[in-house]
Amino acid sequence: MMLETSYYLVLAALIFTVGATGVLLRRNALIIFMCIEMMLNSVNLTLVALARQWGDLEGQIFVFMIMAVAAAEVAVGLAILIANVRHRKSINIDEINLLKW
Amino acid sequence: MSWSLLFFLLVGAVSLAAALGVVTSRQPVHSALFLLTNFATLAVLYITLDAQFLAAAQVIVYAGGIVILILFVIMLIGGDTNDFSAAQRAWSRTVGIALGIILLLTVSYSVLARMTGPSEETAAHLQGGTPEAVGIALFTKYVLPFELIALLLLVALIGALVLGRQQEGAGEGIPSVKANE
Repeated sequence: MMLETSYYLVLAALIFTVGATGVLLRRNALIIFMCIEMMLNSVNLTLVALARQWGDLEGQIFVFMIMAVAAAEVAVGLAILIANVRHRKSINIDEINLLKW
Repeated sequence: MSWSLLFFLLVGAVSLAAALGVVTSRQPVHSALFLLTNFATLAVLYITLDAQFLAAAQVIVYAGGIVILILFVIMLIGGDTNDFSAAQRAWSRTVGIALGIILLLTVSYSVLARMTGPSEETAAHLQGGTPEAVGIALFTKYVLPFELIALLLLVALIGALVLGRQQEGAGEGIPSVKANE
């Protein structure tokens, strides 16, 4: 007995929304970072669910690639955060405004 | 109600609660642990979706790698709990939640409007995302993207190294962020 794909899609939409709202609400750069990871994961869930629906492995290959890109993104993003903390002693994104016009 | 639906609802509820915990926790460490819970429940859902290899990769890459990295950074720079402070504009929370609800409605509508139910025949085509099936696809049809991923990871490694390196004469290491400073 297969569960309907739309259940998974709705769950993914809910998690994505929570992540996006977190990016809007929080000021701590680390937590914004975690919310972005959560959004990436919810999209992975839709890809896996649709891969099952169409009986095709390509969705799962795509998720594998996204995982590798997410790992690269985390490494570089956290390095940027640490470099910023060295300069400004803060991870509040309201105070990271050097590039803001 | 079938058992699979019951199981899905249970795991989905835990996943959603963990997602809410990430957003609402005051301590970044708690957020990271909620994030770990969220990733673990997603791995369980991958197994129910016939993606066994991805479930293992999810646990190894996200739970084992990314969350640990985030935890290390939290330990290094300290938790800034001065987040929900008065410095935040009063209307920003209302606007953020309203935008989130609009986003949820839009995404749900676009997802469900054109959704047809799963067809048992096409799903039977998928021989499951076992490591064997995914590996054969990765190393035959998708071998070029696979190699590019290796290059990307190398570049990210070098980039992180350059960014995180101590500057010459910068002195005493990473300062930690004091709460409410």
